[in-house]
Amino acid sequence: MWRASRSLLLGALVWLGGALAVPAAEPPARVVSMNVCTDQLAMLVARPGQLHSVSWLAADPAMSVLANEAEGLRLNRGLAEEIFLMKPDLVIAGTFSTRATVTLLQRLGFRVEQFAPVASLADIRANIVRMGDLLGNPSRAGALVARFDADLAALRASPPSDQMLALYFANSYTSGGGTLADAVVEASGLKNLGREMGYEGTVKLPLEMLVNAEPELVAGGGRDFGRPARAQEAFRHPAYRAVAGAGRGIVMDSTYWLCGTPLTLEAARRLAAHADLAAADE
Amino acid sequence: MSERTRFHLLIGVLALVVLLLFGLSLLTGPAATGFFDAFAGLFSDDRGPLALIMQEIRLPRAILAAAIGATLGLSGAALQGYLRNPLAEPGLLGISASASLGAVLALYTGFAAAFPLGLPLAALAGAVVAVLIVQALAGLSGNVLTIILAGVAVSSFAGAMTSLALNLSPNPFAALEIVFWMLGSLNDRSMTHVWLSLPVMIVGWAMLAALARPLDVLTLGEQAAQSMGVDMGRVRFLAVFGTAASVGAATAVAGAIGFVGLIVPHVLRPLVGARPSRLLPASALGGAALLLAADIAVRIVAPARDLKIGVVTALIGAPFFLWLVFRYRRTLV
Repeated sequence: MWRASRSLLLGALVWLGGALAVPAAEPPARVVSMNVCTDQLAMLVARPGQLHSVSWLAADPAMSVLANEAEGLRLNRGLAEEIFLMKPDLVIAGTFSTRATVTLLQRLGFRVEQFAPVASLADIRANIVRMGDLLGNPSRAGALVARFDADLAALRASPPSDQMLALYFANSYTSGGGTLADAVVEASGLKNLGREMGYEGTVKLPLEMLVNAEPELVAGGGRDFGRPARAQEAFRHPAYRAVAGAGRGIVMDSTYWLCGTPLTLEAARRLAAHADLAAADE
Repeated sequence: MSERTRFHLLIGVLALVVLLLFGLSLLTGPAATGFFDAFAGLFSDDRGPLALIMQEIRLPRAILAAAIGATLGLSGAALQGYLRNPLAEPGLLGISASASLGAVLALYTGFAAAFPLGLPLAALAGAVVAVLIVQALAGLSGNVLTIILAGVAVSSFAGAMTSLALNLSPNPFAALEIVFWMLGSLNDRSMTHVWLSLPVMIVGWAMLAALARPLDVLTLGEQAAQSMGVDMGRVRFLAVFGTAASVGAATAVAGAIGFVGLIVPHVLRPLVGARPSRLLPASALGGAALLLAADIAVRIVAPARDLKIGVVTALIGAPFFLWLVFRYRRTLV
């Protein structure tokens, strides 16, 4: 009996979800995003009122550049139940979002579009265009792409400084080739130590190796959460301070690096400005 | 060869092994350094990369490995003598886990940032509570079963509370750091950690060393010891606070490292003729050698992965522990 009623309920849910879906030709009127990166991209591209809800991380200034803009929107925690109740026409998720939630939403008949994490500047460009198509706002996406291209061209126009930059994240991680962070460093005209050392992807860089490499600039430090964690303890290590001290250290605002959006170029601009300052000092 | 000469020979050999492993530890690391360059870097004052690596990264690591290993070996031997229990050890009794809890509370609430000595002292407080609880539950009867049960209860409770404290931290990284506090690591420790913990550890060692004579007498039983003029109140104070101070300070900077205090005294006991006063210095040296070797192993096996040192000590220690339980199982039932 219980089993039968449950399958009936599930059937009803599937039917309800199916009825809510609209033909793809018309732009979705009620969009829910459940990943901090798609949140920011959608906020930039969507028409006023089109975006109904973003993830709660989008309103966290430690994670999202557009935390202030997210305040007027409903915040979700990426749970299938709450998203079902919002009755969205379109759900946007990251491929790293909880798989179970995405599968469940699809079974309930919702249209779910997934975005893979970004590994290059070309990916950012492609994602803006795709978001514009999904939200039915290609003109806005086109304008963002044009601006992105212009910003990138402006960065590339200034001569590369050729200084060696070491990226040093919490828990002693660094980024090698094939990562967004590497692309950002390259765009800023600096050389990425991780790539020069032959690393691919995001890997651990022991403090010893960082000291031994003698980089000209070190970008690290990260955000102060008000309470310490061992992950960030290396930034207070005397050896780290010796390498990253005396004008060579750059305190990074990791929010610009976290997601690939048009705003990511701000990180490259800041790096380039630091490199110019460091070069002027010498 | 007299027993006394044999003991001196043993101490000499152990000290030599510790010295060799200390040197080897200084030579181990991901950055390639030549043998002579490395030791030149240790004494150079040019603040170049090699000097920084040797003086600020490898030297504190080697000092801490030796000091923490000595702490664990010494406190294991002292606890086994004091509780007259072959399975007494700071890790198994939950003393390390409780010290971790104290350190985590001090560190992640920001108390340790405002008052640096608060870190080892909070760990010490956590350790004192654990020793007192275990002692109250198991007493000095030498019953193996009750002491293990008390240790299991104390360590799982302290572990759960540590996890809770980390989860409640506003720092998103903190929640993932339970692994460090439960398994321990010496990765990227600095001289700051040495200055913070070593003095407190030395105070603890001095208190445990003062137990040497009373523990010898205590092997005859508590009543006999009292009739021979041993002040049991003083013995209790030295054992509880000596263990808590040394293990607390060690755990505050390196996390809870298990099994060292169990293995070392058992391996060395037959070699010193089962006399606690001789077992204490031998176990301190043996513990230092074991932890230095384990710390070298984690860096050779997986150089860039920050493998936890407690993994290595558990790989050696857990089978040893099972073998001990097997041996003592007649007294368990």
